[in-house]
Amino acid sequence: MEYFFTEEQKMIKDLARRVARERILPVAAELDEREEFPAQMREWFGETDLMGVGIPEEYGGLGGGVLETCLAVEEISWACPGVATAYAANWLGIMPILLAGSEEQKQKYVRPVARGEKLAAFCLTEAEAGSDAGAIRTTARREGDFYVLDGTKQWITNGGEADIYTVIALTAPEKGPRGASCFVVEKGTPGLSFGRKEKKMGIRASATREVVFTGCRIPASQLVGREGQGFAIAMRTLDRARPGVGAQAVGLAQGALDRALAYARQRVQFGKPIISFQAIAHMLADMATQIEAARALVYATARTIDAGAKDFAKESAMAKLFASDVAMRVAIDAVQIFGGYGYMRDYPVEKLMRDAKITQIYEGTNQIQRNVIAQELLRESARKG
Amino acid sequence: MAEGLGEFIRVLAERCTGCEACVGVCPAGAIEMREGVASIGDACNLCRACVSVCPAEAIEVAAAARAEAAEGQGVWVFVEHRRGQVAPVVYELLGQARRLADVLGTKVSAVLAGEGVAALAGAVAGPVGGGAAGPLGAELIARGADEVLVLDDPALGDLREEPVAAALADLVRERKPEIFLFGATALGRSLAPRLAARLGTGLTADCTGLEVDPERRVLVQTRPAFGGNLMAVVVCPGHRPQMATARPRVFRSLAPDPSRRGEVVVWPVDGSRLVSRTRLLDYVEEVTETVKLEDADVIVAGGRGLGGPEHFSLLFELARLLGGAVGASRAAVDAGWIPYYHQVGQTGKTVAPKVYIAVGISGAIQHLAGMSSSDVIVAINKNPQAPIFKVANYGIVGDLFEVVPALIEAIKRRRE
Amino acid sequence: MKVIVLIKQVPETTEVRINPETNTLVREGVKGIINPFDTYALEEGVRIKERLGGTVVVVSMGPPQAREALQDAIALGADEAVLLSDRAFAGADTLATSRALAAAVRKLEPYDLIICGKQAIDGDTAQVGPEVAELLDIPHVTYVRRIRELEPGRVVVERMVEGAVETVEMSLPGLITVVKDINQPRIPSLKGIMKARRAAIPVWTPADVGISEELVGLRGSPTVVEKVFVPQVERRGEILEGSPREVAEALLSRLEALGVR
Repeated sequence: MEYFFTEEQKMIKDLARRVARERILPVAAELDEREEFPAQMREWFGETDLMGVGIPEEYGGLGGGVLETCLAVEEISWACPGVATAYAANWLGIMPILLAGSEEQKQKYVRPVARGEKLAAFCLTEAEAGSDAGAIRTTARREGDFYVLDGTKQWITNGGEADIYTVIALTAPEKGPRGASCFVVEKGTPGLSFGRKEKKMGIRASATREVVFTGCRIPASQLVGREGQGFAIAMRTLDRARPGVGAQAVGLAQGALDRALAYARQRVQFGKPIISFQAIAHMLADMATQIEAARALVYATARTIDAGAKDFAKESAMAKLFASDVAMRVAIDAVQIFGGYGYMRDYPVEKLMRDAKITQIYEGTNQIQRNVIAQELLRESARKG
Repeated sequence: MAEGLGEFIRVLAERCTGCEACVGVCPAGAIEMREGVASIGDACNLCRACVSVCPAEAIEVAAAARAEAAEGQGVWVFVEHRRGQVAPVVYELLGQARRLADVLGTKVSAVLAGEGVAALAGAVAGPVGGGAAGPLGAELIARGADEVLVLDDPALGDLREEPVAAALADLVRERKPEIFLFGATALGRSLAPRLAARLGTGLTADCTGLEVDPERRVLVQTRPAFGGNLMAVVVCPGHRPQMATARPRVFRSLAPDPSRRGEVVVWPVDGSRLVSRTRLLDYVEEVTETVKLEDADVIVAGGRGLGGPEHFSLLFELARLLGGAVGASRAAVDAGWIPYYHQVGQTGKTVAPKVYIAVGISGAIQHLAGMSSSDVIVAINKNPQAPIFKVANYGIVGDLFEVVPALIEAIKRRRE
Repeated sequence: MKVIVLIKQVPETTEVRINPETNTLVREGVKGIINPFDTYALEEGVRIKERLGGTVVVVSMGPPQAREALQDAIALGADEAVLLSDRAFAGADTLATSRALAAAVRKLEPYDLIICGKQAIDGDTAQVGPEVAELLDIPHVTYVRRIRELEPGRVVVERMVEGAVETVEMSLPGLITVVKDINQPRIPSLKGIMKARRAAIPVWTPADVGISEELVGLRGSPTVVEKVFVPQVERRGEILEGSPREVAEALLSRLEALGVR
């Protein structure tokens, strides 16, 4: 479908596609097999300026918005959703600073990420605080001109690889979620350490680790926004980044469809290519339709955010929910179309199926997304009276 | 007159007023007055300062005159050599030169340049006239040359492109051959174009066919383009010599005929005029790793039929002789007989060489997925029902342990 | 350091169409890319600039659409680009092409180094580099796989020849042709692509570079293509029979007929 992109959007999409197909695709299977974080992050995304797509020009980026970032994430996901996760997580990581940080903080932390010189990570989730993000227990105690952080964040994407960590911690634990604040912590700060790299079902190229704070002392200037704003910043960050997950799901699903289609044309059984059997053809038709619907929803959501909409929690949740469910279904169907070969690790689709599952879980499980949507429906309905 | 870019600057004598403005402005000091008219010499570097300054508009830039078409006699072959060893392609070219010269009714000259080559060729030092040919001279004559033209000078040692091109150009201008052949080796492909540009003549690279059209007295050259997907037939009608290069092993050399007679002629070389702005600092033999599988023109691939890792050595030998790479089916790789790097197929590399020789490979669809775009597929398998025969251009049903060695022997025989 | 890189736009695929009158390739309607070997040349030029400072100027001779290749080159790091394009340049063989390029290079003097790719994937002759060097009266080295030392007036390179590597010193200004081993070309950056879009790429005619039309294009070409044909290979599925020696001979003869030795 023609989405009438601007010249700049087409340029970003084309370049991301080129990097994805020429550089990432050839190593995707190996990165997955070895569970290895790509060493080429700077080469792929820094030198090409792709890392700066969603970052304002004043901070070294290209000044694109959510849609531009989604276009890049989608193309990268086609080649490897794991690498796409590592890529998108940087944007997520500096988002709190972009939304609420001071000018100095933006210049200091955002610029090197835009240039691909440093990686970032967003730290919210803890062992006891997943969907119930309000239950976080990491604290940040004020001591003169410093804050001291204590606690453990879990399942942090780019954990250990990133140089810049935006962390949600409680400055006033007695206030619960309203007592949370947002901080920037740099790698190498004494008291900041990392757990082992998690062994995951999918997106294995992405590095997921515990991030541990033990008496981690940071200057007070590294508080982002004001004390107590932590949660609001976190929620706004996730709302904004959520379409990116949708884009990842769309790219993944498209990749699964393209491979299934190519295979169905070539695989001959009962004297005919299997695509000539309605069962297969109908599966492909359904897959393609769902992908297009997901894509349209993700793009519409991205455009609405970029156009300046104030409330987009519902749309953001819908895009992520729908696209991720589509990705899971499509990936499973792709494996089915490949038949026995689909189950073999030598063929690319089982990886996509393993990769797809996380899109239904992270950045808010799809159950939470449904809660959000229902809540928004209720709120809108109540307003109308 | 000076030539460069096929053009030169000349004075229109009838307009020149003898004001000498050009003499003063020429940065190369190339202009002098002769009988009141300005004359531009060889030092001219085409800067055109004189053209601008002349108040009488008596100086102009002109295109170099085209060489007369039918001028020129003789088929020449450049003798590429290193440390006394002649490159085998030279003999292959001599074979072609002999054939072409016989049609044209002219002589074949082998052109040998270098330092100390006169002794190698066995000539008595001196301008024209031969002596008893030494081993190299005799070999060249036995292989088809009627004469060996020797250019011997320290400036030509190492066969650096600039001095050799300059020396050859002088020789060509004196003797005016109609055809000049070079091997399409690293040296040939560097030297021949330099010479062609110097002479302002046509050069056709990598010829696979050389014929003479006796009526038009032109060399008809056939060569591949687009990576071999297209063949072009090229002629050079209006310029001499017609220059061409051919890759090693495209043509076959003549068996040496020791009864052939010829002369060795040492040509005088003015070494002071030969300058090289490149200098060879080091030469290190390197067994460059075999051609990369993805880039290879020829792939010899082995499968389960090989029976064991040691037999891959046969395929490596065959591939080496054909200038190609070795591939393998998944079965051979999984059995540990050869590293995964060589695997061709659905779960290996996809290749599209000119020739794919599948040895002991059944031709399962996963393997075909990796090589079915090859231009020519040859299958060697002892099972006549093997699916590979359905996609092969040429099939040999037989024992690979007999056929492959026979192939290796046949190739070696042809090379002698 | 001022580096000039000579590039050629070539068809992306090796599918070919021929103009029956001039026996030259039809280039319209086929997607053009920078000749792959030239991307290595350009990458090397840009790396030199990044290491030692200076500028990289890219020159190409071709039809108007060759402008895209020059834009790609700017996106990849070239500072300036020039397109030689005119009816008079069309149908050129390597000598006529070299004359045109040399004339353009003259206009860009002074420079330190000219870099070319080893050969173009359509013509496959590898002649233009050395011919341009001769016409400019500068030295050249072909098949360079590594630049060891580079300073004003002098360069030391590693050159690949059969079975060996030569280390060659060349005075500058000079020209080198490079092979794929020399580097890995980068992917353009978004900023580079945007810069390329805005770049002014002058188009030069024979008059602009001071060369007579008789010396370029089809008119200026000493060689003429009389005919082109597509070599025929059918999947005949011929089974060769006989003793191992006989089938070996039969196979080799057939391969030789197809141009494989």
